[in-house]
Amino acid sequence: MSAPNKSYDPVEVEALKPEEIERLRDEAFAAFAAAGDLDALAQAKTAHTGGTSPLSLANREIGALPPQAKAEAGKRVGQARGAVSKALAARQTELEAERDARVLVEEAVDVTLPYDRVPAGARHPLTTIMERVADVFVAMGYEIAEGPEAEAEWFNFDALNFVPDHPARQMQDTFFVQGTTPDGKPTTGDESGIVLRTHTSPVQARSLLSRKPPVYVVCPGRVYRTDELDATHTPVFHQIELLAVDEGLTMADLKGTLDHMVQALFGPDMKTRLRPNFFPFTEPSAEMDMVCYVCRGESVGNPDRPCRTCGSEGWIELGGCGMVNPKVLVACGVDPEKYSGFAFGFGIERMLMFRHNVEDMRDMVEGDVRFTRPFGMEI
Amino acid sequence: MRVPLSWLREYVDLPATETGRDVQAKLVAVGLEVETVEQTGAGLKGPLAVGQVLTIEELEGFKKPIRFCTVDVGTANGTGEPQEIVCGARNFSVGDKVVVVLPGAVLPGDFAIAARKTYGKTSHGMICSTDELGMGDDGTHGIIVLPPEYEPGTDAIELLELVDEVLDIAVTPDRGYALSMRGVARETAVAYGLPLRDPALLDVPAPNAYGYPVKVSDPIGCGNFTARTVTGLRPEARSPIWMQRRLQKAGMRTVSLAVDITNYVMLELGQPLHAYDRTRIDGPIGVRRAEQGEKLVTLDGVKRVLDAQDLVITDDRGPIGLAGVMGGAHTEIADAAEDAGTTEVVIEAAHFDAISIARTARRHKLSSEASRRFERGVDPQAAAAAAQRTVDLLVLLAGGTAEAGVTEFSAPSAPHTIAMPADHPDKVAGVSYGRETVVRRLQQVGCDVYGQDELIVTVPSWRPDLAAPNDLAEEVIRLEGYENLPSTLPTPPSGRGLTDRQRLHRRIGRALAGAGYVEALSYPFIGDAVLDQLGLDADDARRRTVKLVNPLSDEEPALRTTLLPGLLGALRRNDGRGSHDLALFETGLVFLPQAPGLAGAGETALAGEETKAVRLPVDRRPTDEEIAGLDAALPRQPRRAAVVLAGAREQAGWWGKGRPADWADSVEAARTIAREAGVEPTVRADRHAPWHPGRCAALYVTVNGEETLFGHAGELHPRVIKDLHLPERSCAMEVELDVLEQAVDGALQAPRISTFPVATQDVALVVAEDVPADAVERALRDGAGELLESLRLFDVFTGDQIGEGRKSLAYALRFRAADRTLTVEEASAARDTAVALAAQRTGAVLRGA
Repeated sequence: MSAPNKSYDPVEVEALKPEEIERLRDEAFAAFAAAGDLDALAQAKTAHTGGTSPLSLANREIGALPPQAKAEAGKRVGQARGAVSKALAARQTELEAERDARVLVEEAVDVTLPYDRVPAGARHPLTTIMERVADVFVAMGYEIAEGPEAEAEWFNFDALNFVPDHPARQMQDTFFVQGTTPDGKPTTGDESGIVLRTHTSPVQARSLLSRKPPVYVVCPGRVYRTDELDATHTPVFHQIELLAVDEGLTMADLKGTLDHMVQALFGPDMKTRLRPNFFPFTEPSAEMDMVCYVCRGESVGNPDRPCRTCGSEGWIELGGCGMVNPKVLVACGVDPEKYSGFAFGFGIERMLMFRHNVEDMRDMVEGDVRFTRPFGMEI
Repeated sequence: MRVPLSWLREYVDLPATETGRDVQAKLVAVGLEVETVEQTGAGLKGPLAVGQVLTIEELEGFKKPIRFCTVDVGTANGTGEPQEIVCGARNFSVGDKVVVVLPGAVLPGDFAIAARKTYGKTSHGMICSTDELGMGDDGTHGIIVLPPEYEPGTDAIELLELVDEVLDIAVTPDRGYALSMRGVARETAVAYGLPLRDPALLDVPAPNAYGYPVKVSDPIGCGNFTARTVTGLRPEARSPIWMQRRLQKAGMRTVSLAVDITNYVMLELGQPLHAYDRTRIDGPIGVRRAEQGEKLVTLDGVKRVLDAQDLVITDDRGPIGLAGVMGGAHTEIADAAEDAGTTEVVIEAAHFDAISIARTARRHKLSSEASRRFERGVDPQAAAAAAQRTVDLLVLLAGGTAEAGVTEFSAPSAPHTIAMPADHPDKVAGVSYGRETVVRRLQQVGCDVYGQDELIVTVPSWRPDLAAPNDLAEEVIRLEGYENLPSTLPTPPSGRGLTDRQRLHRRIGRALAGAGYVEALSYPFIGDAVLDQLGLDADDARRRTVKLVNPLSDEEPALRTTLLPGLLGALRRNDGRGSHDLALFETGLVFLPQAPGLAGAGETALAGEETKAVRLPVDRRPTDEEIAGLDAALPRQPRRAAVVLAGAREQAGWWGKGRPADWADSVEAARTIAREAGVEPTVRADRHAPWHPGRCAALYVTVNGEETLFGHAGELHPRVIKDLHLPERSCAMEVELDVLEQAVDGALQAPRISTFPVATQDVALVVAEDVPADAVERALRDGAGELLESLRLFDVFTGDQIGEGRKSLAYALRFRAADRTLTVEEASAARDTAVALAAQRTGAVLRGA
C-alpha cells in the first residue's frame, strides 16, 4: 500500500467524473456484446478489464483524490468494474455454451455404423443345452457325474443287465475297441472287453459303485453307435442320463421328476406321458413323451393346422426311462431290498432339433460357424 | 410283426367300429409299440372281378410284346359280354382265372380306370398285378393268376381281402410271444377286456413209439422236439388265397403250400416249424452240436462251415439243418414244378435254447424269422399244438393223411414260480392297487396266482421274460395304465453343485467363446493319412493309437490322439464354404493306449502283452481291485482343449486396418485357458510337429512344484498347411486340461492395494536377437524387487540404429510402495538394479547408454 497522497488537485482528475465512468462501463458492455467468439471476448477482456484498461487506470487515479472525494469515486469506479466483470462472465458463459453446442454438433457420428472388428465367438448349442438340462437337476440337488467314452463292456452292458448274446445287446450297434491277443495280434471281435460307450448309462453303474446311497446324479456325455452320418443319424452323439437311488422311490417319483424337467425347460404347463417299453437296466421300463410344446396337441386330427415339430402327433418322443432293475443294484453292491431307484436318458441332438427347429443332423456335427454362432454363450 | 386287423379279429371279438388307429392306441398303452397302421387297398373302388381269359391275340409291331385279350367277367360288366382288354404281361394263358378291373374303378394311388385306346385297340379295363392292387410287390410284376375254382364275375375286392389295416409292431426283445398272432391277440383281449380264443388250444394226440425216430443228444440246447408225419400230399396243391393274402399282409412271400403252412402256423402261434421231405432224410433225425469244420448248405444256397457250438439237425449222412435258424438245401420241400414234388413230409416243432440260437445266427450272420423268435423266447409248450395245427392244415389243404405216429421228446422242466409280496407292485408304482387288482392283472397275462400277503406266481410258458417281482409289477402297472400314474417329486439330499473341475471346463468354454472362438464338436475318428499330413515322426507318440474292430471307414480306424485333425477339418470345411476369417475351438477326450512299458516303441512292442478288460460277475458288487483292474485296461482319456485360427483375427473396416491371426493369438488362447484356472503358463520356444519350427511355443505349468508340459501353440508348418489344404498361415493350439487342473493352486490370495502415487520408469534394453523376451522380463522382475508393481513390454524394435542381430525391448516399469510416496531416487535405484540384473543374465545394454 502506497502512502496517502498529500498533494492533489481535484480539478485535474477528469477521468473520475461520473459520466466518464459510465461511458467507460458502457463501452466495455458494448465490446463484450460485440465479441462474436471466445477469442474476441478475450481481446475485449484485456481491453476493458486489463491493467491498462481505462477503468483500471481510473481506479489508480482514485488515490490522487482528496480524502473527501475518495469514497465516492471509489464506490463509483468499484461498481462500474463489478458490473463489467459480471457482464464479462455472463458473456463468457454464453459464448462457451455456444461453442460447446457447436462442438457437440461437429463431433456427431453415424451411430448406425456396423462394428465387427473381432467377430463374436460361440459355444456349441449341444454343449449349452446339455448344461441347461443338467442345471435343472443340479438346482434340485443332483450332482453331475462323468465317465470314460472308451468304456469296459462290463459297465456298458453286463452291469446294466445286458446279458451276453441277448438281442438287446445287439440292438445298440456297438463300436468295439481292438485288443491284443496273447500272441500280439489285434483282436477281431469283442474280445478286448472295451467298447465306445453306446449310451451314458454306464455312468449309472460307476456312480453307484463310487457313492453310497442316496445317489442322485445326472450324467451328460458323448456316446457312439455304428450309424452312418445322414440327416437323422450320427455315429457320435450326446445323451443325458439321470439316476436316483434312495429308499422308497417309486414310478410316480419318476413321472414327477420328468414333469418337473419338461416344465423347467419348456414352460409351466408342460407334461409327460409314459408308455411301456423294454430296457434291460430298468424294470418296469417306459418310453417317455412330452406334450408338443409348439402345438400343445392341437394339431392332432386337425389337418388345417399341421405341426412340423411333432408331425401332428401331439407328443414328442423324448427317450427311455424306468425303475432301476434290481439286478443292476445287485451288480453295483446296492441292497435292492432296501433301496429302489429310477433312471432315464435321452438324446441331446434330438432335443436340440425339435427345440430349435434344426432340420439336418449334419449341421450339428460339421462345425460350420454360420450354424453355431447365433447360439452364443447360453441357450 | 405285421398284424392284419382282419386276422386279429379271428381271435378277439373287437367291436366292428374299431379302426386300426383305435387298436393301435390300446396296444401302445399296454406296451406294444405299434409303429404304423397301414391301410391296404386305401382308395380302392370297384368294379374288380374274377375273369377267365377266353382268347389271346398277340399284337405285332410294337417295341414290347402286347396281347389283346377277351375275358369273361360274368355279369360284372353289366352286359355279360366278353371284356376286351389290352395287356402287356405274358404270364397267363387262355382259360386262366385272372383279376380284372373295369372302367369306372379306382385303384390305389388314385388311379382311375377308363376305357382307352392303346396299341391300336380299345382296352376296356386292365388285368391286374399284385402291386397294382396294393397287395405288395411280390417281385414278379406279373399279373395274378387265381386258382381255377372261382367263378368269373366274383367280386375280387372281397375275395382277395384287399381292404384291410395292418398294424406294424416293433416287438421289444423281451416280448418274444408278441411275434405271433396269438400273443398280440392276448394283449388285445386284455387291453379291451374281451375273451381270447386261443388258437393253441387244440386236441393233441399223446406221444407214442411209432413216430419218426428222433434222437436229441443235447437236451440243454433242445429241450423239446415234436415230429409228425403227413403222407399222400398232392404236390400240385396250392395255398388258398386267404392264406396267401394273410402271409402277404404279414410281409412274407408265398412259396409252396407246405412251406406256406409252416410259415402261417409260425405267424399264428409263434412256433417256428420246419418241414422235411421224408424221402430225402436218411435214418433218424438227430439234434447235436456240430463238429468243428462240418459243412452244410443252407436253404439260401450258402455253404456254411459250422462251429462246434452250433446246434444242428442231422440224419445218418450228417447235418441237414442249422437248428432253429435255417434248414438245409438237401431236404428242402420240392415244388410241384420240379421233379415229382414232395408227397411226404416230416414236421419239426422244436424248442431251442435262446442263447445258442443267438450265437449261431450272429456267427453265420444269418437272421431268419425262426432265429428271431428263438432268440427272444418261444413258448416251449406250444410245439405239440403247432405241429398239430400244421398237420391239420396239410390234411385239409393238401389232401394228406396224418400218420398215427407222434414223436415227442421233452426234457424235464418245472414251471417257473416267483414269490412276491402282494403289495410289491404298489411299492414300485407309488399307487395303491390292492391285492385283488394285482391278482386279477397277473391272471390276465396267464399267471397262476396263490397266496395272500405273499403271492406265489406261476408264470405262463410263453413269458420267459417274467423272472422277478419287478417283472410282475410291470405287468400290473402297464395293464392298470402308465398314464394313470400320479406325479410326485422326491427330495434329494442337498447337493454341492458342480465340482471345481466341471466349473473350470465350463469357464474355459465361455472364455474362449468370449475371445471370439466358435466351438466345433468333431468326430474322434482318425487314420494314418492325417497323422502323415501332420508331419509326425515315425516314433511320435501320437501315432500309437487305440483302434476299432469295426470302424465306419477303413481309412479312419483309430481314435484321436490329438484334437487337431478334427478341428483342422472343420477349419477347412468352413474355409471351403466361404468363411475365411476363422477362430474355432474344441474341448474333448483323446484316447491314448495304456503305456506298454516301452513308450513310443510302436505296435510290435505290444506283442506278448494281452490288452483285455475282463468280464466281471454281475451277481455281486465287484471288489475295488476288480474295478481298478477294469479301469487299468481302458485307454487313458485325458480331456484337451484346442483352437485353430485362419484369416483375419481383427477385420478391416471404417475404424482402420484389420489384423491377420498369427502365432501370438494361438499362444494367447492358451493363456486365456490357463487364466481361467488361475495359472500363468511359462512359454518356451520348441520344435514340435505340426507347428512351424520357428514359430512353435511349448507351454508349461507348475504341477507339484515341477514344471510340466501342458501343450503347444503357434503357426502351423507350411508343409502341413499345404498337405491339409488349409489357409496360409493357419495357427493352432492344443493343451491338456487334466494337466492344467493339477496346476490349480488353491484359492487366489487377494492383492494388497496401495493408495500412494505411482512412479513410472521406462527402459529400453538392447539384447541379441535370440534372447527370449521372457528371459529379459524375468530378469527385470527379479532385479526390480518388491517396489515393482507391474511391468509391461510396450515396444520391440530392430533396425540400423540398434545394429545387426540385435533388438531393442522397451519396458514400462511402475513402482509403488505400500507405505509411502516413492522418491525419484528410490524408483531410479530400483530400475537400475533391474537393468543390472538383465545385463548380467541376458547381456542387455541400456539403449542410448
